[in-house]
Amino acid sequence: MKTREILRRIFWEPLVIISRDKAGLIGFIFLLFILLLSFIGPYFIKLDTEVKLDRIYQFPSREHILGTDNQGRDIFSQIVNGGRDVIIVAFLAALISTLIAVSLGSLSAYAGGFTDTVIMFITEIILTIPQFPLLAVLAAFVRLTNTTMLAFIIGFLGWPALARAIRSQVLSIKERDYIEAARVLDLGRAHIIFSEILPNMLSYIVISLIMAMTGAVYSQVGLIILGLVPFYGHNWGLMIQLAWTRGAIFYKGSIFYILSPIIAIALFQWSAVTFTRSLEGIFNPRLRAGE
Amino acid sequence: MIRIKKLFSNYIFLRIIRAILTVFIVATLTFFIIRLMPGNPIEIYIGQLMSQYGMSFQDAKNQAAALFSIDLDAPLSKQYVIYMRNLLRGDFGVSFLSQGTPVALMISAYLPWTIFSVGISILISFTLGITLGMLAAYKRGSIFDHIMSTIAAILSAIPNYLIGILLLIIIGVQLGLIPVSAMRGTVSPGIKPGFTWIFIKDIFSHALLPIMTYVVSTVGGWTLSMKSSTLNTLGEDYVTVAKARGLPESRITFAYVGRNALLPLFTSLTMQMGFLMGGSALIESIFVYKGIGWALGASIAQRDYPVMQAVFLIITIAVIVANFIADLLYSKLDPRIKIGGE
Repeated sequence: MKTREILRRIFWEPLVIISRDKAGLIGFIFLLFILLLSFIGPYFIKLDTEVKLDRIYQFPSREHILGTDNQGRDIFSQIVNGGRDVIIVAFLAALISTLIAVSLGSLSAYAGGFTDTVIMFITEIILTIPQFPLLAVLAAFVRLTNTTMLAFIIGFLGWPALARAIRSQVLSIKERDYIEAARVLDLGRAHIIFSEILPNMLSYIVISLIMAMTGAVYSQVGLIILGLVPFYGHNWGLMIQLAWTRGAIFYKGSIFYILSPIIAIALFQWSAVTFTRSLEGIFNPRLRAGE
Repeated sequence: MIRIKKLFSNYIFLRIIRAILTVFIVATLTFFIIRLMPGNPIEIYIGQLMSQYGMSFQDAKNQAAALFSIDLDAPLSKQYVIYMRNLLRGDFGVSFLSQGTPVALMISAYLPWTIFSVGISILISFTLGITLGMLAAYKRGSIFDHIMSTIAAILSAIPNYLIGILLLIIIGVQLGLIPVSAMRGTVSPGIKPGFTWIFIKDIFSHALLPIMTYVVSTVGGWTLSMKSSTLNTLGEDYVTVAKARGLPESRITFAYVGRNALLPLFTSLTMQMGFLMGGSALIESIFVYKGIGWALGASIAQRDYPVMQAVFLIITIAVIVANFIADLLYSKLDPRIKIGGE
C-alpha cells in the first residue's frame, strides 16, 4: 500500500463516516475546538491576573467575551488557559489505567486457570471499593505535589472495569480460527497476544481510552473542588472551587464566572462521549444496524 | 462431602463469602494505610501534639493510641488483631476534633441520611428512566425519541457534582425558588423524628436538592440503556412468537419485552449504587447535607483521621451490602444465574 492510500484510510475514511452521524460530528468538532483552544489558545491569549476592582462581575462585552470575575479579571482568558492541565492529567491517567487494564485483562484471559482466578478476584475487589472516596482518602495521605502524581493515583485506581471488559474480548477472540492457526504454528504467547489479538482490539482500546479520560476528568475535578489537590496553578476545576469556597456562587451577578468553567468541563465530557459513541458505530458496524 | 460441594456451588453462599472477604480485605488495607504509610496519621498526630501542646513523646503516643484504639507498643501483628476485634465490636475509636465523641456514634448519625437520599433517588431515577427508555424505544425515530435521547445523552455526560452546582445556581440563586441556606443539614432544628407529616415534609425538603441532583444526573443513563435494551429485546424470537400467538399488546409489552429488557440493567444498578455512595462525598459537601459523604469530605479537610478511616470503611461496607442485595434480587429475577453460575 502506498503512503497516500494508508493516510486516506486512517484519516479520511473515518471522517467521511463520522460526518454521516450528526451527533458524532458535532461531538468531534467540539472536541477539536476545545483541544485547539486549550493547547494553542494560551499562546495568543495570556492569563489575565491583574486585579481591577472597578470592573468586577461585568457582563459579557466586546472587550470581555465572557465578562469578568470577582476581581475584575477576564473570564475568557481563564477558560482558554484552564483546560490544558485538566486534559493532560486526564490523558495521562487514562493512559496508565488503559495500559494496566489491557495487560492484566489479556493476561488473565490468555493464561486462564489459577492466574485468571487471582487476577479477576483482585479486579472484582477493587471494583467494589467506591473509587472516589478511596481517591479522596489517598489524596489526604500521599502529598500530591504535582500533576503527574495526581494522574498516577487516578490511573492506578481506574483500570478494573476495563480489565474485565478486555478479558471477555480476548476470550472471544482467542477462540477464532486464525488464533488457533497461530497456536498450531507455535508462534509463542507474546507474539499471539501482541501481534494477533491486540491489533484486533485496537479500536476498542482507543474508545476505552477516551472513556477513561472522561472518568479521569470526573475524579480529578471532583478532588480539586473538594480542595484535596493542594498545588497551585490555574484550571477549570480550580475556578469552580474558588467560586464555591469564596461564596461567589451565591451572588446573582456571578453567573458568567461560575457557569463558564462548568460549561467548559461539561462540553468536554459530552463531546468526548458523543464522539466515542459514533466511533463505536464506525468500528463495529453491527451496532449501527441496531440503531 | 456432597453436601459441602453443593454448598460451595450455591450462588447465594458464594456471594456471602465474597462479600465478607471484600470487607475483610478493605479493613486490612485501611489498617496498613493508617499504620505503615509514610506520614501516616498516627505519626502526624503525635508530632502535632508534641509541637503544639509541648507534650512529651510518651504522653503524645499514649493519647494517639487512645484515639485510634490501637496499642502502639504491641507488635504489628498483635495491633492488627486488636484493631480487627475492635471493628467487629463496632469500636472505631474517638474523633480528633469533637474530642471524646465515639466515631461509631457519629456514623450512626450520618449514614441513615445518605442511604435515605441515595436510595430514594435510585428508585425515582430507575423507574423514570426505564419508562422513558421504553417509550423512546417503542416510538423510535419519532420527535419524542430524538429529544429524549439527546437530553439523556447530555445529562449522562455531565459530572453529577456539576449538575448539583448548576441546580444550586439556577433554582436557588438565580430564580430564588428555594431558600438554599435554610435547606442545609438533614433536618430542621426542633423537629422531632417520627411518623408525622411535619417530620417527613422536613426531611424531604432538606434532601430535595441532593435527590434532584442524583436523579437528574442518572436518569439519562437509564433512559439510554433501557432504550437500547428494549430495542434488542424487540428483535428476539419469543417476542415475534408472542405476537403471532395473538397475545394482548399490554402483556407482550410488560411480561415479554419489559421484563427481559430490564434484566441487563440490574448489573448497572449495582455499579450505580457504589458510584452514588462514593460521589455523595461531593454532592453532600456542595449542599451541606450532613450525611456520610459530607462527613468524609469534612474529616479529610480537617485531617480527622479516625473519622475518615471509619467513614471510608462504612461507605465501602454499605456498597458491598447494597451489591449483595442487588445480586440476590437479580438471581430471583433471572433464574439462569443460579443454575449456570456466572
